[in-house]
Amino acid sequence: MKHTISLLVENKFGVLSRIVGLFSGRGYNIDSISVGPAEDADLSRMTIVSSGDDRIIEQIMKQLNRLVDVIKVVDLSRESFVERELALIKVAASPSTRSEIVQITNIFRAKVVDISTRTLTVEATGNEAKINAIIGMLRPFGLKEIARTGKTALTREYRGRT
Amino acid sequence: MSEETINGAKILIKSLLKEGVEVVFGLPGGAIIKTYDELMLTPGLKHVLVRHEQGAVHMAQGYARASGKVGVVMVTSGPGATNCVTGIADAYMDSTPIVVITGQVPVPLIGNDAFQEADTIGITRPITKHSYLIKDVRNIARSVKEAFYICRTGRPGPIVIDLPKDVQASSARFDYPKEVDIRGYDPVLEGHPGQIRRAAELISRAKQPVLYIGGGVGHSNAGPEILALAEKMRIPVTSTLMGLGSFPGDHDLFLGMLGMHGTWYANTALDTCDVMITIGARFDDRATGKLADFGKQATIIHIDIDPSAISKNVHVDIPIVGDVKSVVRQLLEHVKPGEMKSWLSEIAKWKKEHPLAYRNQGEGLKPQFVLQELSRLTKGDSIITTDVGQHQMWAAQYYRTRRPRSFITSGGLGTMGFGYPAAIGAAFARPGEPVINVSGDGSFQMNLQEIATAVEHKLPVKAAILNNGYLGMVRQWQQLFYDRRYSHTQLDITNPDFVKLAEAYGCLGIRVSRPEEVEPLTLRALKEPGPVIIDYVVDKEENVFPMVPAGAANKDMIEDVHES
Repeated sequence: MKHTISLLVENKFGVLSRIVGLFSGRGYNIDSISVGPAEDADLSRMTIVSSGDDRIIEQIMKQLNRLVDVIKVVDLSRESFVERELALIKVAASPSTRSEIVQITNIFRAKVVDISTRTLTVEATGNEAKINAIIGMLRPFGLKEIARTGKTALTREYRGRT
Repeated sequence: MSEETINGAKILIKSLLKEGVEVVFGLPGGAIIKTYDELMLTPGLKHVLVRHEQGAVHMAQGYARASGKVGVVMVTSGPGATNCVTGIADAYMDSTPIVVITGQVPVPLIGNDAFQEADTIGITRPITKHSYLIKDVRNIARSVKEAFYICRTGRPGPIVIDLPKDVQASSARFDYPKEVDIRGYDPVLEGHPGQIRRAAELISRAKQPVLYIGGGVGHSNAGPEILALAEKMRIPVTSTLMGLGSFPGDHDLFLGMLGMHGTWYANTALDTCDVMITIGARFDDRATGKLADFGKQATIIHIDIDPSAISKNVHVDIPIVGDVKSVVRQLLEHVKPGEMKSWLSEIAKWKKEHPLAYRNQGEGLKPQFVLQELSRLTKGDSIITTDVGQHQMWAAQYYRTRRPRSFITSGGLGTMGFGYPAAIGAAFARPGEPVINVSGDGSFQMNLQEIATAVEHKLPVKAAILNNGYLGMVRQWQQLFYDRRYSHTQLDITNPDFVKLAEAYGCLGIRVSRPEEVEPLTLRALKEPGPVIIDYVVDKEENVFPMVPAGAANKDMIEDVHES
């Protein structure tokens, strides 16, 4: 099963390689990883999507916690969380297909961010399922290049009436 | 606070002195020469010159394990650092507190493939508890403070400090921090009171409990607490290789070692027990055998300082994260002795029916006999270090170590060549005590250059080489599992004459080849104040038994080759 793990780490030289090295050294999967500065300039927040049974995920959490530069580890999949991913999709577009591609882009509330005589580049944001869906819809036109950020996520504060 | 500035090399030396470091093991080179210069100019810090950097790391490990203090290594960049890698990996696996200071090329040259440059931090990242590349002289003091704190607290482990040459030469004020503040590091020391009470109730109700202790007991100095718990409750105790010495080897509650070459009765007790109390051990594959069959009957309590050790290999019913010493002290207050008579008499019967045994016949010298004699002649009180292989298992089986921090071996990584330098380190840690390195002819040749170091310091280090002319443990596997095809395990044709080798280095060499020579010649070696190399010429094809074949359950152990 896929787990989304959120990490708060020191924003220091070498921290990313410690974390990535832990995954590869112990044979854990990384499906995606996204990193950026957090609320303090000296902190970074990472979102790692990994897969494995409960025992493996428990070990991953514990091993991450052992790293001195890791301040907090949360398995978001155990709680309610907001997730987003951004994708840039360069798709082949001729004068005859261009408007259909723009329509699809609008349905997904995505944006066209670049255009040429032969291509359109679409910026899409959403959860993984939505990104997969728009890529699926654009595929028949001919996908040229795709760049995805990987998932980034935060816990949800609003818990609703449960 | 002084306004005076001093150079980085001096800041490093002063920081080490602030940490109470007494001795540094190392070898100088171009990228650490400035620090070696300050080392010579600053009184109070002893330096032991090694002949190969791997030796320095094992010495620091031996020093740390024998003393409980942090062992310190100082080497140059590039090959100096890469030669340390095996020792650092060994310290990581066995949770040994050492700090390795490596020189590095000047900051502007890092990444340029400069002379003697290696990415030391990158190479050692998976085998260190933490590491520092110090690019600014103002960070030296704080980094050293943090390094020592992280190294010795929680689950101990090796730390690398990589110090570029230009940082050693630039200057800053020296203010040694009093406190450390590391927001991502806060080891749990006190066990959860509710878990401790649950464990205590379970132990008090147990009919057939076993204590299974590991290296964490030694690191935590919890030997006395374990002894008190075992004696109060009359619970038998088995130990991993790393736990040996933490419980007296001659105690009637002691079952000896468990696992692949453990005793029949230790493995059987674990297979039969209703409550397994695992303390400071990590359920290593050499200890557990086939995991699915390990401790099937038992409710398992696991006390360990490292949360990641818990439920890693074996499902644990009552985990307690905390310092072993403090947790066992609290347990002691809550447990109530039960009736152990029938369990202990069952175990006594097993000990009688399935003792550790070997066939002591013929004229040849049996390695097990040598170990029994070493144990008898030193009353189990010597510090023992070992290398890795058959001799190591015989030492674990037949040398009845009675004192904590006195059985120093390479457990997790299994590093041949560990024992001799480790013995030198132990000799510096506990001056005046004899140290015996039980070794094999294969292992000993992996770090024998350190004889020079032992001779230079006239250390009472006795190398007891069980010389069978083979890489014996591999040969044993080849005999049992590869139809006696001895692929590249024979050494005797080209082995040196170890007595002449000793003499070439200026130390006493003794050869022992007959059983009746063991006592007089061993006593002579022990009486000699300086280093001695004893070449025990033993039976070539003696095997270590009992043995659990790799992948088999511990209960399926082979007691003798003639059964297999």
